[in-house]
Amino acid sequence: MSEFLAMGGYAIYVWSSYAIAVVVLGLNAILPVRTERREIAELQRAINARTKHDTPS
Amino acid sequence: MFDFLNKYASLMHFYRLSRRLSQWLAPLTAVLMCAGVVGGLWFAPTDYQQGDSFRIIYIHVPSAWMSLFVYMSMAGAAVSILVWRVKVAEIALRCSAPLGASFTFLALVTGSIWGKPMWGTWWVWDARLTSELILLFLYLGIMALQNAIEDRRVAARAAAVLTLIGVVNIPIIHYSVEWWSTLHQGPTVSKFDRPSIHLHMLIPLLLMSVGFTTFYISALMVRMRTEILRYDRKTNWVREIVTTHHGSPSSV
Repeated sequence: MSEFLAMGGYAIYVWSSYAIAVVVLGLNAILPVRTERREIAELQRAINARTKHDTPS
Repeated sequence: MFDFLNKYASLMHFYRLSRRLSQWLAPLTAVLMCAGVVGGLWFAPTDYQQGDSFRIIYIHVPSAWMSLFVYMSMAGAAVSILVWRVKVAEIALRCSAPLGASFTFLALVTGSIWGKPMWGTWWVWDARLTSELILLFLYLGIMALQNAIEDRRVAARAAAVLTLIGVVNIPIIHYSVEWWSTLHQGPTVSKFDRPSIHLHMLIPLLLMSVGFTTFYISALMVRMRTEILRYDRKTNWVREIVTTHHGSPSSV
């Protein structure tokens, strides 16, 4: 296992490459989903506010 | 009027199609990438020349390939924008640029990290590296241009023109290792006549390449859905979707 982690002496290069890839791809996977959720929530609030306003009391 | 109906319908249909696509693209991407990483780090044999440093290839080559693929997709969208004024294409171009920039950044950084132990330097100003850096600036320029123009349709047309101008750079990147002498190694995979790569090395590379492609489409779909909701926020179909999917927006 430690031999695997050592990557034949290139550990720092190999693992830093994979770590950067995880960060870059991870951000690209998570951030747009959060923006989508926020947008839907915002639209829902806007619609709820409008329907409340439209309903005669 | 017909034109209006067409555009209205296509955004709505695209939204529905994209939801269905995302449902199986996201898990497929996860499986492909996990298999690719395990295969690349564990099962692929050590390279006889480069030792284990060659394993960076499984990030570097798919990223570099995607940096070109995303750009060519954007060029296709740009043509649709300028010729037919396709709204979905405008949204696709806008949403692709940050993804393309991310892949280009990843290709440059992992290339640099790979270059240090193999070439003894982080960077050389040769044709391949310089043209890839120009590609990153093109992506950033397209993003900046779109954000600078307030009218979204004008912004989309301006970005489309800039995208098409930048297409000149793509063959330069691709053929740079053949046209100019360089530290960068020549193509490994595309030499189908005499493949210069071991099968156990090649399979993870193919898995990762397909995984990066489905990742791009998957992430693009999420971004485009958000943009479509913003674009059509006042229409009935958005209102319906938002109220029926109450509290359960989809994940990647």
